[in-house]
Amino acid sequence: MSVPVLSIQKMSHYFGGLKAVSDFTFDVPEGVIYGLIGPNGSGKTTTFNLVTGIYTPTEGKILFQGEEIVGEKPYKIVHKGIARTFQNLRIFANLTVMDNIRVARHFTTKSGVFASFLRLPSFIKETEQVREECMELIKLMNLEHRAYDVAKNLPYGELRRLEVARALATHPKLILLDEPAAGMNPKETEDLMKLVRRVRDEFKVTIFLIEHHMKFVTGICERVKVIDFGETIAEGKPEDVVKDVKVLEAYLGRKAVVC
Amino acid sequence: MDKFKLPKMLISGAIFYAVVQILILTGVLNGYFVVIINRSLLFVILACTLNLINGITGQFSLGHMGFAAVGAYVSGTITTIIFKLSPHVFGDNLIFIAAIIIGGIAAAVVGFLIGFPSLRLKGDYLAIVTLGFGEIIRTILNNIAYVGGPRGLLGIPKFSNFTVIFLFTFFTMVLLRNLVCSSHGRAMLSIRENELASELAGVDTTKYKVLGFVVGAFFAGIAGGLLAHLLQIAHPTQYGFYASSILLIMVYAGGMGSLTGSMIAAFSLTFLTEGLRVGIDWLRDSVGIPIGTEWTMVIYALLLIFIMLFKTEGFMGMRESKILIIEEKRV
Repeated sequence: MSVPVLSIQKMSHYFGGLKAVSDFTFDVPEGVIYGLIGPNGSGKTTTFNLVTGIYTPTEGKILFQGEEIVGEKPYKIVHKGIARTFQNLRIFANLTVMDNIRVARHFTTKSGVFASFLRLPSFIKETEQVREECMELIKLMNLEHRAYDVAKNLPYGELRRLEVARALATHPKLILLDEPAAGMNPKETEDLMKLVRRVRDEFKVTIFLIEHHMKFVTGICERVKVIDFGETIAEGKPEDVVKDVKVLEAYLGRKAVVC
Repeated sequence: MDKFKLPKMLISGAIFYAVVQILILTGVLNGYFVVIINRSLLFVILACTLNLINGITGQFSLGHMGFAAVGAYVSGTITTIIFKLSPHVFGDNLIFIAAIIIGGIAAAVVGFLIGFPSLRLKGDYLAIVTLGFGEIIRTILNNIAYVGGPRGLLGIPKFSNFTVIFLFTFFTMVLLRNLVCSSHGRAMLSIRENELASELAGVDTTKYKVLGFVVGAFFAGIAGGLLAHLLQIAHPTQYGFYASSILLIMVYAGGMGSLTGSMIAAFSLTFLTEGLRVGIDWLRDSVGIPIGTEWTMVIYALLLIFIMLFKTEGFMGMRESKILIIEEKRV
């Protein structure tokens, strides 16, 4: 068996005395769509923040393609190939859609500061190449009619797609999606599921997502991990996990299960 | 093939230069106005580079004039020494330009030394560090006898004239525009928009904050050097907090993140200062109201309060004149 894309080993994280993440050990195999679910405050977003380097875990290891990434700066982790979106959108509101995506493509460009000061031919050529590449991403996300609009003027659903496009522009191997379907209507959710699958197949990326929307999770994820209060309560295929007594307890309360 | 078009900046720069030169030669603009125009152009450099730090990279620097002081004193000292030794040295203009650029580099080095440790700070903390830096520079200059101490550096040869200042301003604006419209410029803009998202889009945010600071300091140093060679004196009080706060008002009045706005504000506020000076003198002498020119600062403070209350985004907001944008093909 090949090395898992992401391997988390005995990872714990405390906020003062609060144990936000407790002794997590799990692997995200290459090419799957992996779901992390749990009630509010169960430590899902904290897990994402730990993987992307925003927080450093109190204990434990995080391996990305077999390489330890704990303690690396967030942008270095992005360079290695982990991209993410945010639960509450973090779009560059005053930049155009095109520029939003081009920022994420920036670290792969070679032109130095002096080349851009003087607009050397190599710089102009590279800029043109980046622009065409980003346009491809914009088309994939059905945003071409918006390419040169300022991002703050876009409706919510399009901003969500823009964030995915921005994450893809970093050429990731693993994408973390933090509640991608939040605030979407059933039709949009359906389209998003198709889009996520398409992204996985076309870009050969692994997808690790957080979601509350059960239909979305059971419809798209191939493996699911359920957590509550920082503890793992179930892991496995989505259809098995939703029948698990502990999972029902966490979501509906103990009494509901007993009755 | 596209038809070859003259760049818009070149055309507008040439028109500006030609109009001012014609007005000077025909005697419409006297020496006094030429000085004001020269000062305005220098303030264009200073305000636009402060805008690069405050408006485009989204940091908050209060000590921008400190960099200008470094440029002024370094280049002023170099030319004073050389031309005192041999007043008619060969290639004096080249020596002058080299001295100005060395002044800019010295300011950039200082900018790096200040920026590298302090740009880890955010918001108010960074403002306090830069404010302190500006005061430290002023105090140091006040206490070095070699550069005149509180008397100021005197006897700097006069090299700056309208043509020299115009050319330096023009090239500074071209380079700034090229930077802002490049991938590196977008990385800076993204830090202003959302630092965390920028970091997670792979931008080394510390590096780009320092870069903005260093580039801003370099050009501020150049402007300081030109100013010293225009006034033939560099004095510590020219570069104090008062001057830095005027730059800040220019950036806010013109619009954070708009180089066009900073240019317009640099011109209008420089002319406003002169207008107020004349107006206040008139009020004192003819009407008999006992006020002095220090009241210009009251007007400025009111202007800043007015902007903060009623026009937060400034005159131009984040918009940019077409002259300062590099248009792209849109397919």
